[in-house]
Amino acid sequence: MTTDNRGVVQSVWDFFCSLKLSIFLLIGLAVTSIIGTIIPQGPPAPEYLQTISQAKFKIYAALGFFDMYHSWWFLLLLYLLTINLIACSIKRLPRVWKIISEPTLVMDEGFEKSLSLTHEVKVGGEPAALKDRAAAFLRKEFAEPRLTEVDGEYHFFAEKNPYCRLGVYVVHLSIIIIFIGAIIGSLAGYKGYAAIPEGGSVSTIESRSGKQIDLGFAVKCEKFSVSFYDTGAPKEFRSILTVLENGKPVPGYENVKVIVNQPLTYKGITFYQSSYGPTGEGGVFHFTVRERKGGAPVPLTVRQGERASLPGGGTIQVLEATQEVRSVLPQFSGPAARIEVTPPGGSPQPFVVFRDYPKFDEERGGNLIFTYEGADEKYYTGLQVAKDPGVWVVWLGCALMVVGILLAFFLSHKRIWVRVARGRVTMGGTASKNQAGFQLAFDELVDKLKSI
Amino acid sequence: MSSSLLFNVTTICYMVSMLIFFAFLASKNKTVGLAGSLAAYGGFIIQTIAIILRWRESYAIGHGHAPLSNLYESVVFFSWTIVLIYGLIEFKYKYRIVGAFVIPFALLGMAWAQLGLNSGIEPLVPALQSNWLLYHVITCFLGYAAFAVACGISIMYLIKAGKESDSAPAGGLLSMFPSIRILDDLNYRAIMIGFPLLTLGIVTGAAWANYAWGTYWSWDPKETWSLIVWFIYAAFLHARITRGWVGKRAAILSVIGFAATIFCYLGVNLFLSGLHSYGGGR
Ligand code: HEM
Repeated sequence: MTTDNRGVVQSVWDFFCSLKLSIFLLIGLAVTSIIGTIIPQGPPAPEYLQTISQAKFKIYAALGFFDMYHSWWFLLLLYLLTINLIACSIKRLPRVWKIISEPTLVMDEGFEKSLSLTHEVKVGGEPAALKDRAAAFLRKEFAEPRLTEVDGEYHFFAEKNPYCRLGVYVVHLSIIIIFIGAIIGSLAGYKGYAAIPEGGSVSTIESRSGKQIDLGFAVKCEKFSVSFYDTGAPKEFRSILTVLENGKPVPGYENVKVIVNQPLTYKGITFYQSSYGPTGEGGVFHFTVRERKGGAPVPLTVRQGERASLPGGGTIQVLEATQEVRSVLPQFSGPAARIEVTPPGGSPQPFVVFRDYPKFDEERGGNLIFTYEGADEKYYTGLQVAKDPGVWVVWLGCALMVVGILLAFFLSHKRIWVRVARGRVTMGGTASKNQAGFQLAFDELVDKLKSI
Repeated sequence: MSSSLLFNVTTICYMVSMLIFFAFLASKNKTVGLAGSLAAYGGFIIQTIAIILRWRESYAIGHGHAPLSNLYESVVFFSWTIVLIYGLIEFKYKYRIVGAFVIPFALLGMAWAQLGLNSGIEPLVPALQSNWLLYHVITCFLGYAAFAVACGISIMYLIKAGKESDSAPAGGLLSMFPSIRILDDLNYRAIMIGFPLLTLGIVTGAAWANYAWGTYWSWDPKETWSLIVWFIYAAFLHARITRGWVGKRAAILSVIGFAATIFCYLGVNLFLSGLHSYGGGR
């Protein structure tokens, strides 16, 4: 390698070891991340496209703004961050490791000058006798000391929390572990969606990228139900699921309740309650009909998409029905159905009937008075399906990060040196954090040292 | 006694505390400063009782959930956490005057909640029916509160540093401020409390999202903004160990960080859309 080359390599290395680069990258990530919270992500909706000009659309698309967190330049920032992180750690870790593994055991004159906290006490007596008292003092008041003898002087070294110096590196490592977990998840896992009608089952699902994925087993939806609070807000979406292997229910996975915040996991694949809807088929609606002029109410059952005949001629058909009418007609609540009644020889009349307002239809003035009794409507349950073998790596990284931050912020590597010479004992100390707090502790130690 | 009455008393306490702190700035009388702190702590105790009462009221009407579920409740809790973190910092470092720049944030929160927000106790929608709500909201808000305190301290720093440019110590009201070196240090200490809490908040949020939806990260605007806030404070932490970035630039980063925090908390719900409909302007 020529000197020139080495110069280039060196400056590239210095560039990646620089903390200024980290600050630039962190702020750069913060600022660019804003874009994706303003511009909708994913395939742009037609309504959104109408609000921006053609030129803007072209620029946004070229820069990857519609999927910006996976755009090349955003990933580049993340790669640079990773390289910066690794380079900085490679450069600094050996020095830190040396402080931990090969501590300075002897405080000589030169080293003493470099310490900001030092104190000397005059004491009478032989160094050899003082030695044991100094050791006992450190052991009692600070930490187990290590003794080195140099030219008839005794040097003690004691320390607390040396490993907290690694906290910062634990944090940095944790970031890389989280990235690894995310990469495992994106390579070996998938996210998908399954819609299962009540009574039906699926054994393949469609992934977000549109691929069909074979689960290797089947999931059956036994039942789906939804309940509401008095206010009309949804209270619970509940699917009852059974896992089937070769068509047979798997013990322990029969009739499992799945609600939001309570998923079902089988063989590393997890099913989350996410949506629901009417299947639009097989629904059965119940009504009662009575004649205005009197007589007992007659129950009536109408199937979805079919006409049923009415007592005394004519037909009835259900146009649409809902479990909760509030969203369409805010002044009402509860289940409702829009039906179409065709009298014999007359023209079809559409109108709405409600379950919770049984007298409502009297006011319509028709010969027949209808009451809606509710539906045995068939629903499908919409489940998010996810497999993510990397998720445990991510959690490991998160745990390490929290531990590392606590080590880095709340523990301090404190070191004390004591030199015992004829007639005087000298103490020096330093801490990796909170020097002011350490000074108080050091002053207290000095007070106690005076009386050894 | 109802919680809403006690919340009104709390608001008045914080108002009184803020006014006394301003008087403290003007009078430089230690007793006045003590009175300011006492008013704030009185308000804090009453607010604590009110939050517990509201929790019980929610059980009494059959909803039964912690008071952390809508915008009103979260603003009240935010204001509580701000006074809590202020109290911790005052207790440990004894710089009472910081209250003059922190209690106004708590007061602002309470006044807005009591005057402008719907205080009804509502049932929990399915997405929020989880213990993760508790862990997530508590850690996030404690973090936000520490950033609020850091922001107050940074504003003090910027005011004092601006006036002190000619190396002559500032007189007048500013003589009550701790020295800019101490303000710089306090700013760092407040962020040292906030950063681990925000990290825990993001982690618990990711854990919850993974548990409820099967993805720990989906770049939803709220998630992204919390990450933006996290990046800014990470930059702050590294700035401090880089020469040339301590002092004024660090204080400015801290103020920007808190502005981003507030946007993450409120702006995202008001201006952007996403999964965290919770806390929206309903
Ligand atoms: C571009 C990537 C990064 C690089 C190159 C980098 C580098 C460094 C360096 C050199 C230190 C000082 C270590 C020492 O005092 O010996 C440090 C401290 C630290 N870093 Fe990073 N870092 C990066 C990203 C991050 C991120 C994303 C976090 C987020 C948690 C983080 C958290 C910390 C913490 C908590 C400290 C301790 C700060 C303190 O003691 O005040 N770092 N970093």
